[in-house]
Formats: sequence, structure tokens, C-alpha cells
Amino acid sequence: MTLLRLIFNEIVGLFVDDEQLALSILAVVAACWLMVQYVHDDSILIGLLLLVGCLGVLTASVMKGARR
Amino acid sequence: MMTWATAAPAISATFLASIVEVVEAFTIVLAVGTVQGWRPALAGTAAGLGVLGLIVLALGPVLDRVPLQSLQLVIGILLLLFGLRWLRKAILRAAGIIALHDEEKVFAAETSLLQDAARRRISHLDWVAGLAAFKAVVLEGVEVVFIVIAVGAGRGLLWPAALGALAACLLVLVIGFAVHKPLSRVPENTLKFGVGVMLSAFGVFWAGEGLGVQWPGHDAAILGFAAIFLLAGLALISVARRPVEVAR
Repeated sequence: MTLLRLIFNEIVGLFVDDEQLALSILAVVAACWLMVQYVHDDSILIGLLLLVGCLGVLTASVMKGARR
Repeated sequence: MMTWATAAPAISATFLASIVEVVEAFTIVLAVGTVQGWRPALAGTAAGLGVLGLIVLALGPVLDRVPLQSLQLVIGILLLLFGLRWLRKAILRAAGIIALHDEEKVFAAETSLLQDAARRRISHLDWVAGLAAFKAVVLEGVEVVFIVIAVGAGRGLLWPAALGALAACLLVLVIGFAVHKPLSRVPENTLKFGVGVMLSAFGVFWAGEGLGVQWPGHDAAILGFAAIFLLAGLALISVARRPVEVAR
């Protein structure tokens, strides 16, 4: 069981290290999905939002880490 | 039809990412082999590879049943979580904010743990040593399996992605057994930075495709995203870098 827990923790740890970074990425993708469903169907605009959102999330997370 | 331009980013991404993971697993296996002999080290490694094989066999048929667009979205999100996490860490390490990973230190820690156990005359030391090798292979191997699936499954590139990972395993094993010490001179953070850039680029591409985005240039857009993440990463390193304190 300890080994299974270790493997499970390792898999979760693959994606989540800084919870705020992970949640922000999910928020960006969710915002893009909502745009696709309800607001806009210009796919290039959605793609641009996704790219810029990810760059923004990365920048904010690095700057937060640098200030610590 | 699969072209070299399509397969090359997948092969190189899994090759570089797998080098990082295999070097980490190799360090532990080497420590086990050096302290307790090669029998438990190789038995633990073989058992670990067996478990990884079972994981791949279990996941393969599941992936075939998921609709392609949903698969691309899920894999895109996982790649973004994984890639941006690696990229952030590599940026912070390159900027001197967090410490670099040190294979020599990991090797020394694992070696001293096993030597301690030997001093305490633990009767089942072969098991303890074999389990250490097994855990290292499974835990690092799970990451390699994920990377191969994430990079390859979105567009039928599983074989080229697996080829990249296999080449990395063989390279680390050949060099590792030749030099017979931890591969501490592998520029791990540079590799992590490069892989973070590529996985983030794949992540934006797959997540976008999963959302229905028609990327201009199709697959070539991945290279454009990689260039953007590379420039952003380099800029962030220089912005975040702390001034070196001059010794008084």
C-alpha cells in the first residue's frame, strides 16, 4: 500500500507542484472552453487567449517564486 | 502519412525528458548495485520495468476508446500542467532562486542509507536494496510513460515518442555503465528547461486542438509556440535572477 501511495503521489506530483500554478492553468483552459461554448467561435482568438493566458500564468508564478 | 517534421519534435521531446528521468533512476540503481551488489539492483530494476510494462498494456486499449478531440484536450491540459511546472522550476533554478538537483548528493544519500542498514545487520537487506531500485525505476519510469503517451497519443505518434524514450534509456545505460558513477555532468536543468519549453508548446497545441482551434500552419505551429516559450523563459530567467552577492 505504501508503494501504491508513493506511485499515486508521484503521479499527482507530475502535474501539481505549486497548487496556484496548476489552478491558474486550469482556469485559463476553462475560460477558453467557456468562450468556445457561449461567447465566440473565432478559433484563432481562442487559441491566442490560451497561449497568452499560459504565458501570463507562467510569468506570474515565476515572479511570485522569485519574490519568496 | 507521418513525416519527419511531425515525428522529430515528438522524438526529441521524449528523448530529452527521458534522459532526465533515467539519469535519476540510474543514480539509485547504481547506489544499490555498488553497496549491496548487482543481484538486488538488477532484480529490483527488472521488477520495476515489469510493472511499467503492465501500466502501458493497461493504458493502451483505454486510449484507443477515447474520442480523439477529448483525448487531445485532456492530454493538452496534462501537458500544460507538466510542462509549465518543469519550465517554472528550471527558470527558478537557472535564476539561482532554488538549488540545482545534484546527482552526486542523491547517490551519497542513497549509499549511506544502505550502508546504515548494513551496519544494523538487517537480515533482509537484499530486499531493502532491491525495493529501493524497484521504487526508483517505477517512480521515474511512470514519468517517462506519461511523457511518451502525452506527446505521442494525440496524433498517432506513440511509436516515434517511444523510440525517443528508448534511445534515452540506452544512451544513459551505456554511458552510465561505462563511467560507473552518477551522471552528475548531465546538464539536467538545461534539459529540463528545454523539455519544459517543448512540452508547454505541445500542451498549448493539443489543448487548442481539443477546444476546436484550427492552428495556422497546423503541426508547424508547435515550433512557433516552442520559440515563444523559449524566449519568454529566457527573459524570465534574466528578470528573476538575483544579483550575486559579492563576498566582503
